Amino acid sequence: MQIINTITPDYRSYLSKEEMAAIEHEASIMETREAAGIEALKVVQKHRGWISDDSLYAIAQMLNMSAAELEGVATFYNLIYRQKVGRYVIHICNSISCHLSGYQQVLQAIKAHLGIDYGQTTADGMFTLLSNACLGGCDKAPVMMIGERHYEYLTPEKAVEILEKIAAGASTENYLSSFLNEGDAAADRENKPRSRDYLDDDDVAGEISEMELSDD
Amino acid sequence: MIKAPDKPLTSLVNLEQPLSIEGYIEAGGYQGAEKALHHLSRAEVLTLVEDSTLKGRGGAGFPTGMKWKCVPMYEPGDVNAPECKYLVCNADEMEPGTFKDRVLLEGVPHQLIEAMIIAAYTIGAEKAYIFLRGEYHLAARRLQQAIDEAYRSNWLGENIQGTDIHLDLYLHSSAGRYICGEETALINALEGKRANPRAKPPFPQFSGLFGKPTVVNNVETLSNLPHILKHGADWFKGLSPDSDAGTKIYAACGRVKTPGTWELPMGATIREVLYDHGGGMLDGLKLKGLLPGGASTDFLLPEHLDTPMDFASIAKAGSRLGTGGLIVLDDHNCPVSMVLNLLQFFAQESCGWCTPCRDGTPWAVEVLSRIEQGQGSLDDLDTLAKLCDFMWLGKTHCALAPGAVEPLKSALKYFHDDFEQHIEQGCCPYQGGH
Ligand SMILES: Cc1cc2nc3c(=O)[nH]c(=O)nc-3n(C[C@H](O)[C@H](O)[C@H](O)COP(=O)(O)O)c2cc1C
Ligand code: SF4
Ligand code: FES
Repeated sequence: MQIINTITPDYRSYLSKEEMAAIEHEASIMETREAAGIEALKVVQKHRGWISDDSLYAIAQMLNMSAAELEGVATFYNLIYRQKVGRYVIHICNSISCHLSGYQQVLQAIKAHLGIDYGQTTADGMFTLLSNACLGGCDKAPVMMIGERHYEYLTPEKAVEILEKIAAGASTENYLSSFLNEGDAAADRENKPRSRDYLDDDDVAGEISEMELSDD
Repeated sequence: MIKAPDKPLTSLVNLEQPLSIEGYIEAGGYQGAEKALHHLSRAEVLTLVEDSTLKGRGGAGFPTGMKWKCVPMYEPGDVNAPECKYLVCNADEMEPGTFKDRVLLEGVPHQLIEAMIIAAYTIGAEKAYIFLRGEYHLAARRLQQAIDEAYRSNWLGENIQGTDIHLDLYLHSSAGRYICGEETALINALEGKRANPRAKPPFPQFSGLFGKPTVVNNVETLSNLPHILKHGADWFKGLSPDSDAGTKIYAACGRVKTPGTWELPMGATIREVLYDHGGGMLDGLKLKGLLPGGASTDFLLPEHLDTPMDFASIAKAGSRLGTGGLIVLDDHNCPVSMVLNLLQFFAQESCGWCTPCRDGTPWAVEVLSRIEQGQGSLDDLDTLAKLCDFMWLGKTHCALAPGAVEPLKSALKYFHDDFEQHIEQGCCPYQGGH
């Protein structure tokens, strides 16, 4: 059934060529068009930062499904933003290993530094703060994710430093420590204690590492 | 002849730069798939996997061969045959305290692709999906690259390696929701629906993705297949002195000296994992308890340290092997606050389909918060005990709620004094203990 929508014009005049091509590709590898829903939402969010009502209508129309049905999918997922978010969304892990390793102090430092609470965006539109379920870096806790990067072994100071660098437009590449190529990693291991032998209130978990590495 | 590895799953893992298809083949990769496709019938591979006694590593420990055996098989040309069958790899890994599949996904993606070729061949699936959690961006890039390489080298696509076998493999990356890891919810998610679990029966092997026969297996489960094909069922059983065959990727996190993942013979004891590999507790801290296999398993105590981490032994000790990742509680962290954190996770991730879980998990959070803040009463402990009963197996639509009950119920049993102290002292006795 084609959904006739009087609020927005045809999706073709709303979605970009790139967006439509990417969504069409996803639809082509699935049995039904609606099965591409979540990928389509992610495609549009990647281009526009979040999913507005207009975006939702346009995607639903393109996939031949009702907007209500797609809304049911969109609101089901933690990583689909149905409200405007800042340029960088901070997802701080609040699950058990990060809890045991003191993520609360990191969270407090971030909140104080940015002057925002969970769910809020800084006045300059730079950062939005959200929690995230376990990020799968429990052995490197506490952890946060910003964009496609995971920042690990956080301390309050290091978290703030990362945010300052991002805000200044600086690359956070220099956090790439232990996961470069093998030679570098070996050299790095010499410098950095791999085990945490002591418990220090200011520095619960050693050093920041950066799991994201350039694959190319 | 290459010596059979004693750490088959991780011997080729390279987290800095995983092997390309050429490197993987040079290291002996794709020989398992080669053997299956060129030298063994589907039934022979199935028998081999059954003989290996491989059990699922996704949490429930279901025998893989038995799962596959349920998939209806058809002679060529059978009019009753469905036009398609599916294989799905469950790479949703969102169980808090679990990060073992990530090692395989990021470190040796071709091993998983080879495994999926073998599994798809055996059950007669021509389409396969890897269902990856949305937060694993690095794994997504590496998997997609490996899939592209496999297509270019004709290990995927039409007429694989000159046979009449076809397999299309796609990567689906999710958008963050724990319940998607439950296999029927995962199937709904792949269909583009809200990811509520389905009723079973029908089991996915008969009616799964788009109503077609579907097998869902965990990343680690599948990754064993190339090695079983190459070295045989007896070798696989010989890897472990235990009643459960093969190796297992164990892990430890929490305030231990060297948290991480280690592939060990199935049945390594908790002590070996925590002390020999995890380095024991950070100086100044003592072990108070642990969850042996992720957030949805029952607490065990220091007295259980010599329990082998296999399915039966951990069950006998009163918990579940789950994902085999230890979450370790030290004596400076509050057990009530730990359980509160776990229940907050389950309450947030409850899909909301059935009442005991949708209402029960937030209720437990409310009561636990009250106790943690020193405002609880002894009646609250009864309420929690009742909630454990209301959300137990058989009363909910899926296993998420019973999974939430496991740490709660066992904490009430083992850390009863801590709960009472919160109530009697009117505050958290651990405050400032961080
Ligand atoms: C709430 C919930 C979440 C689950 N999450 C996962 C998961 O992330 N990964 C996984 O492999 N299995 C998960 N499972 C188990 C799957 O339902 C299923 O049993 C498993 O994928 C089967 O694979 P196996 O036979 O290879 O172990 C989950 C189960 C439940 C109830
Ligand atoms: S037990 Fe919870 S997660 Fe499972 S179906 Fe019911 S509400 Fe959904
Ligand atoms: S609990 Fe924070 S990364 Fe797993």
